[in-house]
Amino acid sequence: MATAANLPPAVAEESALGSEKAAAGTVKRNGREGRTKLSAPLTGVLWLIVAIYALPLLWFILSSFKPGSELFSYPLSMIPREWTFQGFVDAWERVDFAQYFLNTATVALVTTVLTVFFSACTGYALAKYNNPGTRLFFVCILATTMLPTEVILNPTFSVIRDLGLYNSLAGIIVPSVLTATGVFMFRQFFLTVPDDLLHSARIDGASELAIFFRIMLPLSRPILFTLAIFSFQWRWNDYIWPLIVLNDPKWYTLQVALRSIVGAENIDWPVLLGASVISILPLVLVFAVFQKYVLNADVSAGLKD
Amino acid sequence: MTPGAPPTGAVRSKSQQKRHNRYVIAPLVLIGVNVVLFLVFFVWPGALGLIYSFTDYRGVGRLNFIGLENFQKLFADSTFYAALSRTFIYTVFSVPLVYVSSLGIAALLVSKATRGRTAAKVIIFLPWLISPIVVGVIWKWMFGQDFGFVNFVISTLGGGAVPWSSNGNLALTVVIFASAWGGTAFNMLLFIAALKNIPEALLEAAELDGANAWQRFRHVTLPGIAPTSFMVILLSTIHAMKEFAMIQALTNGGPGTENTLIVQYIYKTGFEQSKVGYASAASMVLMVVLLAIALIQLRFNKKKG
Repeated sequence: MATAANLPPAVAEESALGSEKAAAGTVKRNGREGRTKLSAPLTGVLWLIVAIYALPLLWFILSSFKPGSELFSYPLSMIPREWTFQGFVDAWERVDFAQYFLNTATVALVTTVLTVFFSACTGYALAKYNNPGTRLFFVCILATTMLPTEVILNPTFSVIRDLGLYNSLAGIIVPSVLTATGVFMFRQFFLTVPDDLLHSARIDGASELAIFFRIMLPLSRPILFTLAIFSFQWRWNDYIWPLIVLNDPKWYTLQVALRSIVGAENIDWPVLLGASVISILPLVLVFAVFQKYVLNADVSAGLKD
Repeated sequence: MTPGAPPTGAVRSKSQQKRHNRYVIAPLVLIGVNVVLFLVFFVWPGALGLIYSFTDYRGVGRLNFIGLENFQKLFADSTFYAALSRTFIYTVFSVPLVYVSSLGIAALLVSKATRGRTAAKVIIFLPWLISPIVVGVIWKWMFGQDFGFVNFVISTLGGGAVPWSSNGNLALTVVIFASAWGGTAFNMLLFIAALKNIPEALLEAAELDGANAWQRFRHVTLPGIAPTSFMVILLSTIHAMKEFAMIQALTNGGPGTENTLIVQYIYKTGFEQSKVGYASAASMVLMVVLLAIALIQLRFNKKKG
């Protein structure tokens, strides 16, 4: 045991008194030998949780490779007895999936570019110009997080209709550009950029907008990437706006299309499984490439205030 | 801040005037687009919703004001109460579950005593990539009454098939699990960032004073992450109150209409039965509820802080 020997007297006394947990905790922090000792049960717990989280997804993905006849035949087996891509092929061909895929990609890409750009502009203005106007708008943006679109479905529909955006992809793109999270992420970032940088650029005679575009925007690259991935995920997975705005199936996005498959009286499971897995793929690819911008990002920055 | 920057040249008044203009106009240009979007897609529908709630508008024709009739009918409508109370039940169970699981997993992932943390983090984060609709589909597939994996395992172990979709409470339980599964990832990131910000010295000092692992967590870690806890609880509560897409795919409010949540109720009355005025009145009630939740939690947070 590495306990009593290398500990300050006070703690040694405590652990000697039989406070086992304290001793274990101390070992965890101080001793190298102790580390392996404690890691076993905690690691076990962690990986048990991982297994619980992975299971539904794993089962789902493996099922999508099963032929329709095997999906419901007991006993179920985790690994498909016969591997097939038929579900994916059917989903792609029968449901006009290519079109939905294209619609979704268009919406997600265009909205993301606009969201990132305008969030950067707004976040910068809120961080670096402190006047009554920007302060008021900050509160307004905060309000949008408390009162989301889901709450005002019908009036939102009327607005979309009156603006002539009904049944068009623009009707999904335009309202989604403003996001509180995006604005707050940039605001938080620009608050950390020293004002000195701004002052010296002003003394050099740069105009306000030039300072933003030439100096500040390039500085914010990490946030830019993080928000881009967030926004792409939000828009790719969005259901409520496409549901309100779209009527004509030729403009459907993936989520609306999937909902129409799962909402049917008799669910066509092979097609549904294939279609769902295909719909996840682009995000998995994006995540695989850019994961450090998500997992290492201090996401709390934007949401914290 | 910036507008109060010390004037540098000898010519004060003129350059100050010029600067003042720059400081007002530049931020206006920067926030302009988002201000317009805020007015058009937030203020306008909000105001329209308030107006609709006092009319018997059905989506077409002129507005016919009927005073408080919608609200009177609403407060006597048992299906409205059913939807609202079901939403509260859902929130009361789902938010603590999301909170505990994301904090617990974050603590395990920050602890130096566990192995394979990076891989575990990536796997547990995967559900974040999946849309609410597909989350619904995945859990419907897991918990299918006659074909699901869970019932298969239960029956293999000798149990009878559990009525996951025909029993209202069990169906809601599945929805709650699905929401925790989908909601853990992002909150986990928030908690990881917060936990890493707790000064190591504080924990070590507590340890020297003889605090055991639980006492350190309770009296050092928890107060240290209080702002993040507050934010996670607030955001998850609002998220749960407006849950819609995932349920549409998972149970469609079933069995029957037993688990119809409030947003789905608004959608059904407003769009499928086109009682726009009536649905808008329900929207206004939901708005007030959300606002009240936000204010109560803000107040609670202030008192504690």
